[in-house]
Amino acid sequence: MLVLLRYEFILVALIVIFLLAWLIPGKSEDRSLSLFWINVLLFINFLFGFIPVEEGVLFNNMFYTNEAIGVQKMLLNFGALIISLQAYDWLKSNRNAFEFYLLLISTLLGMFFMISARNLLMLYVGLEMATLPLAALAAFETDSKRSAESGIKLILNSVLSSAIFLFGLALLYGETGSLHFSDMAGKLTGNPDGYRDTTLSLLLVFTGFGFKISIVPFHLWTADVYEGAPVSITSYLSVISKSSVVFVFISFLYIALKNMAPLWIPFLMVTSVLTMTLGNIFALRQQNMKRFLAFSSIAQAGYILIGILGASALGMSSVIFFVLIYIFSNLGAFGVVSVISAQTGKENLDDYKGMYHTNPMLSLLLLLSMFSLAGVPPTAGFFGKLFMLMAAAGKGYYILILIAALNMIISLYYYLRIIKSMFMDKSESPIAYFRSSIYSRIALVICFAGIILTGFFSGIFDYFYSISFGI
Amino acid sequence: MDSWSYIIWIPLLPLITFVAIGLFESRLTEKISGLAGCVSMGISTFLSYCAAWQYFFISGKSEEVYRKIITLDFTWLKLSPSLSVEWGILLDPVSVMMLVVITTVSLMVFIYSTGYMHGERGFARYFSFLSLFSFSMISLVLATGIVQMYIFWELVGVSSFLLIGYYYDKPSAVSACKKAFIVTRFADLFFLIGILIISWYGSSLDIQTLIARLTDAGSPEFQAIKNETFLGFSVLSVALLMVFIGGAGKSAMFPLHIWLPDAMEGPTPVSALIHAATMVVAGVYLVARLFPVYAISAPDVLTVIAYIAALTSLFAAVIACTQFDIKRVLAYSTISQIGYMLMSLGVAGWGGDREFGFMASQFHLFTHAMFKALLFLCAGVVIHTIHSNYMQDMGGLWKKMPITNIAFLTGCLAIAGIPPFAGFFSKEDVLTAAFEHDKFIYTMALITAGLTAFYMFRLYFRIFHYGTTAHHHDAKEHFSIMLIPLGILSVLSLVTGFIPFSEFVTPSGKPFYYHMHFNLVAYAVIVSVAGIVIATLFFYRRSALPVALAGKMRVIYLAVYNKFYIDEIYLFVTKKIIFNCISRPAGWFDRHIIDGIFVNGTANATGRVSEEIKGLQSGNIRHYLWFFAASSVIIILLFLFIYQP
Repeated sequence: MLVLLRYEFILVALIVIFLLAWLIPGKSEDRSLSLFWINVLLFINFLFGFIPVEEGVLFNNMFYTNEAIGVQKMLLNFGALIISLQAYDWLKSNRNAFEFYLLLISTLLGMFFMISARNLLMLYVGLEMATLPLAALAAFETDSKRSAESGIKLILNSVLSSAIFLFGLALLYGETGSLHFSDMAGKLTGNPDGYRDTTLSLLLVFTGFGFKISIVPFHLWTADVYEGAPVSITSYLSVISKSSVVFVFISFLYIALKNMAPLWIPFLMVTSVLTMTLGNIFALRQQNMKRFLAFSSIAQAGYILIGILGASALGMSSVIFFVLIYIFSNLGAFGVVSVISAQTGKENLDDYKGMYHTNPMLSLLLLLSMFSLAGVPPTAGFFGKLFMLMAAAGKGYYILILIAALNMIISLYYYLRIIKSMFMDKSESPIAYFRSSIYSRIALVICFAGIILTGFFSGIFDYFYSISFGI
Repeated sequence: MDSWSYIIWIPLLPLITFVAIGLFESRLTEKISGLAGCVSMGISTFLSYCAAWQYFFISGKSEEVYRKIITLDFTWLKLSPSLSVEWGILLDPVSVMMLVVITTVSLMVFIYSTGYMHGERGFARYFSFLSLFSFSMISLVLATGIVQMYIFWELVGVSSFLLIGYYYDKPSAVSACKKAFIVTRFADLFFLIGILIISWYGSSLDIQTLIARLTDAGSPEFQAIKNETFLGFSVLSVALLMVFIGGAGKSAMFPLHIWLPDAMEGPTPVSALIHAATMVVAGVYLVARLFPVYAISAPDVLTVIAYIAALTSLFAAVIACTQFDIKRVLAYSTISQIGYMLMSLGVAGWGGDREFGFMASQFHLFTHAMFKALLFLCAGVVIHTIHSNYMQDMGGLWKKMPITNIAFLTGCLAIAGIPPFAGFFSKEDVLTAAFEHDKFIYTMALITAGLTAFYMFRLYFRIFHYGTTAHHHDAKEHFSIMLIPLGILSVLSLVTGFIPFSEFVTPSGKPFYYHMHFNLVAYAVIVSVAGIVIATLFFYRRSALPVALAGKMRVIYLAVYNKFYIDEIYLFVTKKIIFNCISRPAGWFDRHIIDGIFVNGTANATGRVSEEIKGLQSGNIRHYLWFFAASSVIIILLFLFIYQP
């Protein structure tokens, strides 16, 4: 059990360490030493992921782990590490830094249980465990009204989504008599008897997933919460939290609902088109960078759904691959926004004008991230999208690919807008030159390297492919 | 001598230059960065001449057929057991020919730029971008795999974007580079979809394998794609058409041509290299690369290509007659000439006499690169001296700039197709190919030839003759490094026509021999000479004739002068229709429903919105929750009662 629950046990150990360290009375207000050790611990936690994972089940088949799940957890660990590095500038003067990490690690723990779940109840518990601390984190800046508001919005919205999710779950239990994925797969065969009941309950369950991945029309909370929350939490929400739900959604669809494909394929198609298109259209006119990235991440979720629709090993591996690249590109973008916000407090597009002349390296990284998010080769983002589109092409969804392609053009327009404002616009008072801390620079360099290299290291995708499965 | 290992250095040297100059940009003087660029490009050029020599005269042939040589090949990504992405270098007549064109013109432009860009801010940056472009373009033509090709295809677009926007403090340059990037990206996405479909059905990403599978009527892949239909057409035709649209975007075919005239905002040497000689012919290269598939499996698509190209060619030539910006005239003339190349490809077919058109298009690509680069570089010298792009500011420059005058005249004679200049031979071949296939296309091409001669000589006379303008008495041609490329390219524009192209570049690799048809030659030359004569009557001296004529046909003239209002149509569609019907309502919804009603502030650009407190009591959340629940209900109803699988 210790071996199978390795990832979770390490996180629990971290939580205990942080709790104890919190109790030790600090001598000074300076947090830099403790933050250093926290980052080291998180790094070690990430390194442990490289130890090979065994396949196995626990808790009466509720908990399942194998190599693919290990990789997914490792990706999340990795993202959390980068976010922690980026948060340094912001946390170093914060008295509650330990609290931040306690909450952060707890959400991660929840996500790990959720990813490993092979039972809907377990999945639900993990989901809630991942969400509740997040609401506290969103409201973390206690002296900011907007932060508090964002926390409230997140919790109220997620309460509603959880309620709907649970309702669907209960109905599903009533129909199949089991909440185990494998049992459900046998019961849900898509035969016309009771088809409507199944449809009803499954759609209710999808709503819960849709809320977490923030797909249209369940996305309204996203922009407000992202805008109000501290930047590190926004990036955590948009990358880590979203990816974890995508992973478990894939398992749920590919295992439990493998016979219900005629139902969920049109559902995903419609929502994917809506998500890409609306996300893009709303992103067009945003002036606040966090709000802008929020809508851009909604649009990206639409592309992820296309990868899921591939319903093959290629589809699943392309989604995992995309998530890895998405971690690099989105955290690269958020990283730049985060250091600028921490140093100058500026978060609007107009403030970025002429930034190339004062902070060339940051501008360059933001340029690369934008190109990667837009899917311009040879950045990694292009490969991520390419493989997902290939997975969809394999099923013959040409119209969907066409719509995705058109959306990629719209998105190019607004990503270029940022680039234009940094490189080409002039400003009376551009953001002055500053040096960020070594931690955030490490994080940015990692993102930089990832965006350039991931696409070209063929081994990564090969490996993901070898551990993926389809229907 | 059968070693090809040095080929890899041809693209690698510009890449190294790009990285080196890019890294040490601020620390390099003009001399060093210019010299580094020229030397590395010079070595690349030398190596590609070696490669051409080795390929065409020593080891390229086996049993009288030029074979395809793959000098480098490694598997980069295994997508599935049967599908993998390969990287490699492919040598065949087309790619070797392109290699020579790209490196020659690049070298000329590099040398020229050291003079032209002298004293500009960001001199080193300019050379690093130029090297990036050369690297991507060379790699594009050498690609063996379709993914590799697509990546460099995009990289070429990116470097073109960077170079058009080089004068980033000029608003017109900024909007031009955005326009170019977005229009070509739009086309590229069709290309991407096209190759996705083709490679999925062909279950390979290697171009040669795909060609082999998709031209063999007995292969299972061919059966699969031929039997599948989409909107009533065979999927193969649709996919090939999409690939062509990608090519049409880069090659500025109607109606995707709108970016090229605006791209002239970049520095003139950039226009010569990218927007005249190399990048814009990428579309021709693309169709030529997949030519067997087009010719054998989807000749209907080729016909479409031929008509679009012929129309574009005529259309651009008509517009070129009315423009006053000399670079824009050259830009439209480029569009028109690329139309010739694609038209010639479009009328070609597989096997026997019909391969002639393929050869003609490649021949024209080759000679056009030389004389069009020459024309652009001459225009650059003129602009550099006069500091204006407009004909009205020019006139009577022949005395002051004798060398440029002669070079420009050489270019004009070449593009007009007057023997024995290079353009004569290649254009003759293009016209012959059109004549043998389709008389209607031939007629259009012949009219275009006349118009070409007319507008080129209008341009020539307006710059170098047409009386004398009062301005620029001090304008004088200084001997500078810029004149060296003019000399070399003039010579090339004279001699390249004598290359027996049909013995080198053919679709199947098998050389053939032919004689020109005297009748056809006579028609074309007569039409061109007529064009020149009319131009001479109108523009050699200042005369009231053209203005009077324009006045008589005012409506037509205005329509042509405004480029048939194509840009306006696009603006109307994007601004009025897309913006009003989609973005506006979306923006309105966001502004009024989300920000306006619930956040009592208006979204303005100053960032005050984020300061406005979104009161918790505003009903905002209630609205969100309501929306959430309502959409769940709608979706459920939709699936329960309307959509049932």
